[in-house]
Amino acid sequence: MTDFLLELRSEEIPARMQAGARADLEKLFVQHLADAGVKTGAIMVYSTPRRLILIARDLPDQTEAVSEEAKGPPEGAPDTAIDGFCRKNAVERSDLELRDVKGRMTWFAVINRPGRSTADVLAEAMPAIIRAFPWPKSQRWGVDSISTESLRWVRPLSGIIALLGGEVVAFEIGGIASGRETMGHRFHHSGPITIGNADDYAAKLRAAHVIVDHAERQDMIRIGAKAAADAAGLTLIADEGLVIENAGLTEWPVPLLGRFDAGFLDVPPEVIQLTARVNQKYFVCEQASGMLANAFVCTANIDASDGGKAIVAGNEKVLAARLSDAKFFWELDQKTPLAGHAAKLERITFHEKLGTVADKVERVAKLARWLCEEGIVKGDANLAEKAARLCKTDLVTEMVGEFPELQGLMGGYYAAKEGLDPQVAEAIRDHYKPVGQGDEVPTAPVTVAVSLADKLDNIAQFFGIDLRPTGSKDPFALRRAALGVMELVVKSSMRLPLTEAVRGALAIRSSQSMTDADIHRLDGSAIDILNFFADRLKVQQREAGVRHDLIDAVFALGGEDDLVRLLARVKALQSFMDSEDGANLLAGYKRAANILKQADVSDQNARHPELVSGSIGGEWMLKQVQHDDMDKTELDLLAALDAAEPKAAAAIEAERFEDAMAALASLRGPIDAFFDNVMVNDPDPDKRAFRMGLLTRFRNAVHRVADFSKIEG
Amino acid sequence: MDQKSESAGSQKAMSFQDIILTLHRFWADQGCVILQPYDMEMGAGTFHTATTLRALGPDPWNAAFVQPCRRPTDGRYGENPNRLQHYYQYQVIMKPSPGDIQQLYLNSLVAIGIDPMLHDIRFVEDDWESPTLGAWGLGWEVWCDGMEVTQFTYFQQMGGYDCKPVAGELTYGLERLAMYIQGVDSVYDLDFNGRPKGAGGVSYGDVFHENEVQQSTWNFEKADTARLFEAFKMATAECENCLNEKLPIPAYEQAIKASHIFNLLQARGVISVQERAAYMGRVRDLAKGACASWMDKNGWAEGGAA
Repeated sequence: MTDFLLELRSEEIPARMQAGARADLEKLFVQHLADAGVKTGAIMVYSTPRRLILIARDLPDQTEAVSEEAKGPPEGAPDTAIDGFCRKNAVERSDLELRDVKGRMTWFAVINRPGRSTADVLAEAMPAIIRAFPWPKSQRWGVDSISTESLRWVRPLSGIIALLGGEVVAFEIGGIASGRETMGHRFHHSGPITIGNADDYAAKLRAAHVIVDHAERQDMIRIGAKAAADAAGLTLIADEGLVIENAGLTEWPVPLLGRFDAGFLDVPPEVIQLTARVNQKYFVCEQASGMLANAFVCTANIDASDGGKAIVAGNEKVLAARLSDAKFFWELDQKTPLAGHAAKLERITFHEKLGTVADKVERVAKLARWLCEEGIVKGDANLAEKAARLCKTDLVTEMVGEFPELQGLMGGYYAAKEGLDPQVAEAIRDHYKPVGQGDEVPTAPVTVAVSLADKLDNIAQFFGIDLRPTGSKDPFALRRAALGVMELVVKSSMRLPLTEAVRGALAIRSSQSMTDADIHRLDGSAIDILNFFADRLKVQQREAGVRHDLIDAVFALGGEDDLVRLLARVKALQSFMDSEDGANLLAGYKRAANILKQADVSDQNARHPELVSGSIGGEWMLKQVQHDDMDKTELDLLAALDAAEPKAAAAIEAERFEDAMAALASLRGPIDAFFDNVMVNDPDPDKRAFRMGLLTRFRNAVHRVADFSKIEG
Repeated sequence: MDQKSESAGSQKAMSFQDIILTLHRFWADQGCVILQPYDMEMGAGTFHTATTLRALGPDPWNAAFVQPCRRPTDGRYGENPNRLQHYYQYQVIMKPSPGDIQQLYLNSLVAIGIDPMLHDIRFVEDDWESPTLGAWGLGWEVWCDGMEVTQFTYFQQMGGYDCKPVAGELTYGLERLAMYIQGVDSVYDLDFNGRPKGAGGVSYGDVFHENEVQQSTWNFEKADTARLFEAFKMATAECENCLNEKLPIPAYEQAIKASHIFNLLQARGVISVQERAAYMGRVRDLAKGACASWMDKNGWAEGGAA
């Protein structure tokens, strides 16, 4: 059993690609060795900016010998066939054996494959792995690149260590021969380092200022950055993404604390943090008060000869220049009120078929106003319209031009600075929310109005031009918008008549009057959008753990476009179905439904049309009831229905769905007793018709609450 | 704190022109042809024929030169300490890319006074793409203490053609580098020629400040847009004339000219978002046409552009 070490040294590998490369290297290694019959044990993969490393522990020295048999042509086959068989299996004719196969003598070759040395397997597998390595982007380089077939790597490959135990596994690729030499840190060490085996590799590199293990470098940064902040009496704002990125940019990470002019703290903290993180890969710190501190932590790749003073000074200067740009934008943007930026939105195309962002804003403003005026959102219509008119203006500010991810947030800041109503500022800031699951869902009415209007407009307009999501493609994030609408509505328990809202959003298309064809198209789109919402709601509810059959049972009722009511009904049904009453009622329902399905109901219906309507209580019914031989259970069921139906109807009307379920539960006993005591298919056609009538009525009563035929169980 | 004490050089920092002269000497010693700037307006050193056209084809090519770059929209009337509409890039192109090009580059930094044991020099992923030239490459921006001082690219395609072999391209931002080395906060305070003030000393501001003021005024306010539109048409027409006559180098020059006129029109704010893509596409087609013609003329075009 021997350990194998592979080091692929190159020019700097992008930090973001290193984790993927480690996983790919391990996967390919295991796969290639398994294909060659080598079982692998523990495998470790590491990376630095300049190397990808794999250590495989306890590899066998040899693959196992294998003996295989191959069946050839029958005895007496032409020589050419037999010779061909021998060639194919690399055996001599004299080695073949004759065996009886179902009464026919047939030639067999016994092929003994001796074990191969693992070193040979590795020498073959490594070049194949390197050549096929799935870098997200790769390049050619150097003299060999005269051919486009030359080796590709993420950046030029400069050296390979391949050691099995203490021996070099020899191979060559792209003009690089494998060996046992590597290089240390770019500046801390010069000259080659000779590696003995997998065990002295990390230690020798550590001595040359290279920490091979990325996880250890991450720890050094995590701990070192925190310590640097602590020493300055500050708290580091943790950022795992930065930890990993900086570990991917350094072989010898040294976190250093620097400062910037406190005057920059006038700029919103999000801007400072973003500038520091995105452009410079710096951490930022907080004061004890929770306010952003005028300090940052950078991660150098060197133990500088002056202890890092020059590095800190240099980084401070760079950040200061960045922050003065940000401050310049912050101040410049404020010189124009947001309303002044609005005109520039006419220059930005929202979508070629949907006009400019200014056109979009106009639609959103109308819709937001309507939502408030109709009382759907309990917000001030004037404020909602105003916020909607300003909500996209920050897109043309310098700051958002520089940092697009600050959209909304900057508009909110500028609105507040301008002295606009706080509700307007908040709406501008938060109107993109919720962005995806788990994001904060706004509840401030003006914000909700703008956010809803923005999302409904996106959905309606893109559906209106037939750009709806298909399969995995949703380029305009309409599914996310629909989810956002649902979350907003539910969170504020808002009564949004979706059909009307969607039709309204569709109809707001500039000022041109609509032709009949337009209206027809609009109707089609509105139906599609409602179905789209229904689908999204089902997906959302399923993900929230609600049984899909219960969702279907409620949706199958149709005609419901109020999300809050719909969800309340699903919830009530869910808890009812979890109860014993629910389960038993379902059993009774299924039995009734089966009998109704099998019976020639059309015949019954022709004779007694009131059976269809379900409102059985007319003269004919009363006449039946007066029959002497009427079973008590029939009368009980009738009485129970008479009592339950109005209760259920009233409860549904008042949206007390639990009560509606309770009303249904009262039918459980009577329907069970009915089935126990009477035979529905009585030879007397009038009796049969009456019993069928009772069952129809029972089914219809249940269907007022949910379509139980969709429920499984 | 005294700015000077933080500067990179241990003794007196190098002047702007000494940095250029030192880089010339350094790259000449590596076998580079030291060229003078291309005598046309262009947005980046990469547009120099010594880079674009020479990046194509199999012949080895090593060159270094300073290229003045013009980016009209970056003008700030001489009021911003970091932004200029005219500045210098130092370009090195080596084809095929030498195996030790990174080390050569680091040595060049040492030559101009940056001590890598005192500073944090890093290669941070930054791939390069120029739709105008139908070109892309992989590489890094080189950071010195967090500041981008050089763009380092291995060209993979130019004019839509695979680079066979691949060239390594270095683009130093000279003003930035000099500001760093001299420890000054405004480009206009750069020491240009290394002499004391009052004894023949000249600053970058002495040389270029008025130029920035006047050119910004012209770029943003005064350039006659009707004539610029006309000039764009003339350059594109002439480019096509050259292409028809199988003269790729003059054709390429006309494409560069069209590109710069387009940049001026942009600065004047007279090209709408919709038109913008069409103009850029026009310049791209011309530049790619010139590259194709160059490949043809040299008999390298087998296979065609990707």
